[in-house]
Amino acid sequence: MKILVVLETQGDALRQASRCAITLARSAAEAAGGAEIEIALLGANLAAASVAASCYGPVFVLDHDSLAEVTADRYAAAVAEIARARGTDLLIAASTSQAKDGIARAAALLDGAMVSDASACAARDGRLVWRRRMHAGSVLAWVAAHGSPVVVTALPSAFSPAEPSAPNAITPLAIDVAALPSAIRFESVSVGTTGRPDPTEAAIVVSGGRAFKTAEDYERLIGGLADKLGAATGSTRAAVDAGIAPNENQVGQSGKIIAPNLYLGIGVSGAIQHLTGMVHSKVIAVINTDEEAPLLEYADFALIADAYEAIPELIAKL
Amino acid sequence: MKILVPTKRVPDPDQPLLLNATGTAVDLDGVPSIINPFDAIALEEALRIREEDRAANGGEVEVVAVSIGNTDCEKELRIALAMGADRAILIKVESAVDPWVVSGLLKALAEKEQPDLVLMGKQAVDDDCNQTGQFLAARLDWPQATFASKLEFVDGGRIRVARETDAGTEVVSMPLPAVVTADLRLCEPRYASLPAIMRARKQPLEELSAAELGVDITARVEVLEMETSNPKRECVRVGSVDELIEKLRGAGALPR
Repeated sequence: MKILVVLETQGDALRQASRCAITLARSAAEAAGGAEIEIALLGANLAAASVAASCYGPVFVLDHDSLAEVTADRYAAAVAEIARARGTDLLIAASTSQAKDGIARAAALLDGAMVSDASACAARDGRLVWRRRMHAGSVLAWVAAHGSPVVVTALPSAFSPAEPSAPNAITPLAIDVAALPSAIRFESVSVGTTGRPDPTEAAIVVSGGRAFKTAEDYERLIGGLADKLGAATGSTRAAVDAGIAPNENQVGQSGKIIAPNLYLGIGVSGAIQHLTGMVHSKVIAVINTDEEAPLLEYADFALIADAYEAIPELIAKL
Repeated sequence: MKILVPTKRVPDPDQPLLLNATGTAVDLDGVPSIINPFDAIALEEALRIREEDRAANGGEVEVVAVSIGNTDCEKELRIALAMGADRAILIKVESAVDPWVVSGLLKALAEKEQPDLVLMGKQAVDDDCNQTGQFLAARLDWPQATFASKLEFVDGGRIRVARETDAGTEVVSMPLPAVVTADLRLCEPRYASLPAIMRARKQPLEELSAAELGVDITARVEVLEMETSNPKRECVRVGSVDELIEKLRGAGALPR
């Protein structure tokens, strides 16, 4: 069996979520009784990232200035071409917004069978089966994919980032970039300005809900505590809808799925759509004035207190 | 202009779920159903596009809702009509479908109906796959804009879409026809009024079968087993910030 893992980069490094996808690939290789793991890297200025990627398997690189901005049609066509050229049986990527957009499109171009957000892999009756959550996490399922190639996105929070091993060969790919589709035109991106880690990749996430009255309060208190801890900030749909927290902080079924070492939910009530995004965190602590908040049932520790008083005290004492 | 809006019937996510006897599917018997909330957002956006076009140009936009499944889906299609869809189509399929099958049926329907835009939810809240729009766009060889939070028409028959990504908001533009998948903040769906619901009862539903569309309905992803998840924990109440810090340090969640 041949596995191809499509990685994403962050500057010259690999995205941590992508290293989690490599962990799933290694688990699949082991479950299959052995498989070849190859790496694909697409983008611009990839020299340093290619070296980093080569520590996880032989790397096939498509490095071109026109790929600096990722659009789904170009990205999917390029990924599909690489998978065809490598004879890939199993294509794996981290379940990021880029993969949800582009890898899903590539799966269809490849006429494959796709499993989204896998949290584990196992062998059963001589085939690979995949664990995934459904119904906002209230159902856990094992599924089998019938088709070739099988395309799987890995839920990053379910895996530890893979450790590198000895470097392998780096092979530039001869793909005619000019022939890739270009109907989708990239215009701009406004990147979140917090400068804090991504909630999917942070060891600690400080999450604030509707207890905060304004965006300024949320930033001063949740942001201030997060900065004290070197943590990421998270939030709920309600707080994002109310304009209190930025959209890229949303944790839950329609936002980010996280499982940090510590999830600290402050003024978060715990709607099921939010719970699915954080309930697998290693330690869950809650600060809330409402003893009946549903989140308390899913937490290890709870302090019944007002966020506006407890957070400054926490910041002072940490 | 024609906008096709797939509206999936899903069990109400606020209701408790039970599994069937073999543990391979959710038992839908007696469970209230709704239009997939992301599809309802897509439908609302389509209706607003039609209303704005009526106000500006006198109105040429047609909104067509489609659902795939057994005759139970008529309920959600009638809600779509009551919300304001011009037409509703049921593609009758009795077996379990997956995003591959759904995108194949929608592709065949798009080839028949020739919409300028397919506007649908970014994911269904039952299977949480987030695949169908992307599969459909690829199989039609149309451009796509997933996770849309803003959609506008620009000169030259193009659309400009703001997309919610991991990093922030990205703006892309593309020619029509295209597939756009709706994120939460695209708009807030309206409620159907009671008179509209009564009226929708009498409106015709068009019916098609997979055979008529010439589509293979063999699912590619098979659910082998399911279990319901109960991730509740024993919650320890602490009395002060100091105690909270101590407990978190003891649990290895904070550095000492």
